[in-house]
Amino acid sequence: MGKLVKYRLNGREVEAEEGRLVIDAAKDAGVEIAHYCYHPALGNPGNCRLCVVEVAGAPKPMPSCRLPVKEGLDVRTDTDAVKRAQAGVLELHLVNHPLDCPVCDQSGECGLQDYYMKVGRYPSRAREDKEHKGKRIEAGPHVMLDQERCILCTRCTRFVDQVTKTHELGIFSRGHQERVEVAPGMTLDNAYSGNVVDICPVGALTDRDFRYKVRVWYLDHADSICPGCSRGCGISVHTSTKRPWHNEGRRVARLKPRWSEVNGHWMCDDGRYGFANLDTDRLGKVLRLRPERVELSWVDMAEELAGRLDGVKVVASGMLSNEDWAAFKALFVDTLTVQDLYFSAEPDQIGAEDDLLRKKEKVPNLKGAEALGLKSGSFDRLAEDLEAGKVRCLYVIERDLAKVWGEARARALLTQVPLLVFQGPNKGALGDLAHYRLPATAYVEEEGCFTNFEGNRRPYRKALEPIGCARPDWEIFKLLQEARS
Amino acid sequence: MTKILTKHFDEPKLHELETYRRLGGYQGLEKALSMSRKDVTEEVKKSNLRGLGGAGFPTGGKWETVPPEEKSPGPRYVVVNCDESEPGCFKDRVLVARAPHQVIEGALIVAHAIDAHDAFIFVRGEYQNQYDILEDAIREAESAGYLKRCGMKLMRGAGAYISGLDTALLETMEGKKAWPRQPPPFPTVVGLMGRPTAVNNVETVSMLPHIMVNGGDWFAKIGAPKSGGTVVFSISGHVEKPGVYEFPMGVKLREVLAAAGGVKGGRKLKCVIPGGASMPPLVEKDLDVALDFDGVRAAGTFLGAGGMIVLDETADAVAVAHNIERFLAHESCGQCTPCREGSAWTERILGRLLDGKGTPDDLPNIQRVGENITGKVICALGDTVGVITRAYLAKFPEDFKKRAANG
Repeated sequence: MGKLVKYRLNGREVEAEEGRLVIDAAKDAGVEIAHYCYHPALGNPGNCRLCVVEVAGAPKPMPSCRLPVKEGLDVRTDTDAVKRAQAGVLELHLVNHPLDCPVCDQSGECGLQDYYMKVGRYPSRAREDKEHKGKRIEAGPHVMLDQERCILCTRCTRFVDQVTKTHELGIFSRGHQERVEVAPGMTLDNAYSGNVVDICPVGALTDRDFRYKVRVWYLDHADSICPGCSRGCGISVHTSTKRPWHNEGRRVARLKPRWSEVNGHWMCDDGRYGFANLDTDRLGKVLRLRPERVELSWVDMAEELAGRLDGVKVVASGMLSNEDWAAFKALFVDTLTVQDLYFSAEPDQIGAEDDLLRKKEKVPNLKGAEALGLKSGSFDRLAEDLEAGKVRCLYVIERDLAKVWGEARARALLTQVPLLVFQGPNKGALGDLAHYRLPATAYVEEEGCFTNFEGNRRPYRKALEPIGCARPDWEIFKLLQEARS
Repeated sequence: MTKILTKHFDEPKLHELETYRRLGGYQGLEKALSMSRKDVTEEVKKSNLRGLGGAGFPTGGKWETVPPEEKSPGPRYVVVNCDESEPGCFKDRVLVARAPHQVIEGALIVAHAIDAHDAFIFVRGEYQNQYDILEDAIREAESAGYLKRCGMKLMRGAGAYISGLDTALLETMEGKKAWPRQPPPFPTVVGLMGRPTAVNNVETVSMLPHIMVNGGDWFAKIGAPKSGGTVVFSISGHVEKPGVYEFPMGVKLREVLAAAGGVKGGRKLKCVIPGGASMPPLVEKDLDVALDFDGVRAAGTFLGAGGMIVLDETADAVAVAHNIERFLAHESCGQCTPCREGSAWTERILGRLLDGKGTPDDLPNIQRVGENITGKVICALGDTVGVITRAYLAKFPEDFKKRAANG
């Protein structure tokens, strides 16, 4: 932290760090200044000219994103001159804008709409024809580009230059014909491409996954943590439940990164688009499938099953929250004294890693198990034991063994097990093999806490109601444990 | 009439080293090298030499802001701006073609003053001939041993007007899109490749050998109070004898017009653009304005780079404004919004007026759009976009009203 100095903001004396940009310092002091091009993680090119303020002694309005705080600086954001300048610049931003809000996905969260209402409100005087550019350009697998809506703030090109360093986007041509374009021979397919949609202040870059699914004003939001890897990025889960016929019936409409010290402003595409199967193949009933299919109540299930768990071997995964792990330990380790736990990340949960955000383990919370002193055995060893018929009872929690061993082999191994229990949100490829099938909540339907690879606690909130009678894993463990005692 | 740069321009082979040396060439550099860096800068400050590329910033003062070696260790550069693109300006074209060694010598003096060992001459892409001439001259200077202390390289522009602006020029040289930077920091502190760089115009550096040989006081005495020496005008438009003319700073507009043979065909003068198309015009009543940086400024316009365009009574102010705005809209780099969008908008409104489809509310609207651009942009091009139409509207309202009433 640098030296604190005093400056004046709208006549009020305010303290701020010397050299901090006025746009940031004003925000700290509760004064939001309209802007497009400035982004705290992408710099201040000062090209949108919207964030102008009046500075005592300066002959013309100054862009606050390029103005460092110094002792005695006298800044005003509320004068007529500032308002006129902002409205004038906004009018110029909009003079070639197609104004296709009714069919634009950004409507409702668009910088042009918001600032028009806040600092614009001028009568339209543009009579000339608008400049025409590309309207539906598939920039990459996840991103659609509309050059006509673009205000050329360069946030997206700075993102691919500075953050991913992949340079797929550039500013081409000049003057009013200038446009953002995908560089020749490239596609916007880097592992973080979805972020350009978030940072685009207008509807120029929209999400191909989200486009036309649901209007943003029907969405609800909950703070959550991405379960896609051990980084534990802060995310916001945007859900669509008010109009269930929208969004093709999916309850989660999209995931957006949420600023945190762990992930900054970004999230990866794996995490962002990894929710596609959240509502498919879901379990909602407590079932005993063998010898015949019977629906049970939670209590009856616990009464029946608790007594049969001696000698159980347990497969789990890093999808469990810290709360789940604690109840898991209490049940299996402390009560049933199980030695054989298998939860390590196998090839089914190992993936790409990079030096930006993505981590190799594609589950969020192996660290939580480690913190409780739990140790995972080898899946190869488990397979051998299954093959040798040594396993009397196998309890599988939130893990699809078809992805560990291959479906045919997994099916062959599990068919021999005298008592097989499946617990989790999804049925998976082998769900029909279970004797008991217990529906657990997905991470968006519960609240809890992960511990990321660095050991940071990553609490997440509930975004949706559980499906059917699904319960959090820890509740199920607790039920069984109570039934044992 | 005192001439400095064009004094020997009648000499047929002035572009060759031998002729240039016979007429006193490279003595200025010799003199400069015998002086300390600080003394060279002091002499130039004394001369009141100001940047003749258009900005009119005191040249010695500019060099002084280059941080000393101990504060900023590492290379520093000299860039000679020969990206002459302003409509109406063609004096650098002639200065380079006739006296390339005068430019090279001047650049080497700048290099000594700021302790640079690399100098670049950035030549407008269309100036192929000038490029070839400079190439030959640099080769000659190299064989004669003048480039031992400081090397010199040529670079060519790719056709963008805005590259003529110092910071956009540096971006271009670095291989980037010609988008002006936003000082601070100024190029003398963070310039080419992030290093301190003196960017000086061809005409400015050409003055330096003469200042070194004859002294700053001599130079200052020739010109106006705060603008030393001479200025080279390139005169075009409705005059009898268009061409390149050198006058002492502070010369009256009337004298310059007379030297160029007066308005063509004896017609009445409508206006004179003093510094290149992007400067507001002077009119009949301004004929006694002193043409130096401050005199022209006081008359509400700019000396610019001396690209004087004379327009007679047959010119239509709307057509003139449209022509210039069309150029600016075409050349707007597109970095900042007011210029990018405002230039094209202004051009289109003016185009509609020209097509006879104007309406009375177009006039307050272009006035308003202009106000919304000037002072809210990154560079001078943008400021100009908002100024030009308003200037012609203010000086020739009847031309505009006639057009606006048509619709």
